[in-house]
Amino acid sequence: MSTARIILLVGGITLAALGMLYGLHYAIFVEHQTLDRMGGSLAQAFVHASERNLPAAHGAVDVYASTKYDYVRQVDIHSHWIGLAMVLIVLGVGFDQVGFSQRYRIWIAVALLAGSFIFPLGVILQTVQHGAVFGSVLAIVGSAAVTVSLAAVAWGVWR
Amino acid sequence: MNTGVSPRAQAEMYAQVVSTPVAATFGPMSARRLLIFGGIALIAGGMLFGDIFAVFVLHQNGAQTGQALLAASQTASAGNSLAVKENFQNVGALLEDHGTKVDAHVHMTDAGYLALLLALVQPYVALPQKRRKLLAGLFVLAGLLLPVGIFLIHYVGLAYSPFAAIGWASVLADSAGALLIVVLVVEGYGLWRFLHNGVRGEEFELPIERTWERRTLMAGGVTLILLGFLYGAWYAGVDLYRHEARETQILKSMLDAAGHGQGGTVVEVASYGSLAAEKAVKIAAHSHVIEFGLLAMLLSFVQPYVYLSDRWKRRWIVVLLAGSFILPVFVLLEMNFGLVAGGVADVGGLLIIAALVGMLVGVLRYTGRLDASGATQ
Repeated sequence: MSTARIILLVGGITLAALGMLYGLHYAIFVEHQTLDRMGGSLAQAFVHASERNLPAAHGAVDVYASTKYDYVRQVDIHSHWIGLAMVLIVLGVGFDQVGFSQRYRIWIAVALLAGSFIFPLGVILQTVQHGAVFGSVLAIVGSAAVTVSLAAVAWGVWR
Repeated sequence: MNTGVSPRAQAEMYAQVVSTPVAATFGPMSARRLLIFGGIALIAGGMLFGDIFAVFVLHQNGAQTGQALLAASQTASAGNSLAVKENFQNVGALLEDHGTKVDAHVHMTDAGYLALLLALVQPYVALPQKRRKLLAGLFVLAGLLLPVGIFLIHYVGLAYSPFAAIGWASVLADSAGALLIVVLVVEGYGLWRFLHNGVRGEEFELPIERTWERRTLMAGGVTLILLGFLYGAWYAGVDLYRHEARETQILKSMLDAAGHGQGGTVVEVASYGSLAAEKAVKIAAHSHVIEFGLLAMLLSFVQPYVYLSDRWKRRWIVVLLAGSFILPVFVLLEMNFGLVAGGVADVGGLLIIAALVGMLVGVLRYTGRLDASGATQ
């Protein structure tokens, strides 16, 4: 088996396992509490409004928005890691058909794997501090690496 | 019997079917065969369910959720906090109805993808043939039971359940999910044995081909994933933060109107519904185009087993890729062109289902000819 294929297959399986472990941890220890906080704060906002307590209602909406901001990104990292892992594994099976030299194929495989790991990691880092630049930069660099590599693969398969 | 096919063409077709390298990779009722049949059937079933859901449930459910939110807002305006809580319970039930149906669709198609993926890696799973066949059967069974269980959660509820919060449908879904995990862990163990000890599986590697069919599906699949990726990046950069800010703003305006006992919440609820729809179609377009790209890539490996004439093989590939492009694009256009675009998107989904069924028929024909010829014995 070629080096590029090993990178994609082993990297893809590892990334899928990482995504699933993160998902399992999230489902058991975080998700229910997050959903309760999200649904509870929204319902509470309307209850406060019915009591004519608008500052408290606005506060509850802010709690809802902040919780949802985290929730969306926490679920995204799980689905993106696993989704990208599946793409890596499928590419790994047929990567010898990409019409580039072995050296280029290895570089493309490394860029795909690195981008697939870094991009969702950047997304989850955005929840540590809302609006943090470092997380966004990582996400952009990672997604750019995956995008350029995928374009190269599409060209390599077709030519 | 006169079949209308020349003897030479018949001989060529026969030679194609029994060509040993391909035939040897597709033994009778082998793990790979089970996974390919089961995988394509699960994907087609999941797609059909998604299409039915989109036509008969999605929009109706959205309208009902909007009405429930409006009722919550009006009861808040009337100062009735008890009724607010009841309305939110109603919203919760509607969201459960919507969520379980989306989940059933997603889990059935994803189980199909995983089945095809497992079919590809069988040569690297260093386990005895009998055990791999058992694992394949269990995987397909669990892939079917998981979405069925999820679908029933909303209807079965807690009826006859001995548990405080978990119903029988959830038990079925969770058990099927656990079975999938067990199968994947054992398959992973087989892969580890291959990588660590160099022990090979008993299944042959897929033949390496650079046919038009494989190249088109691979290049088309990667291009679809690339498009989905670019669109996702655009959504994250341009829409995501704007949507989040707008949702907070709409909710606060709704609460202000309700808190002051004023009217006007109808407009806010409509804005909230419109925002939810905009988010839903954009995320759906992103995820569907990537999933169809993955499907095209997976199906490129199945092509040697599709026993159809070249013309029909290519037709189904073009139909599949066309549907894979039409569905997400017209889902996206639903915000501008409403139900007309939704209808075209559903047609795109039907094209993909038709192509999948066409390829499945091709694989079945291949199987029949192969077994009749005894090429795999």
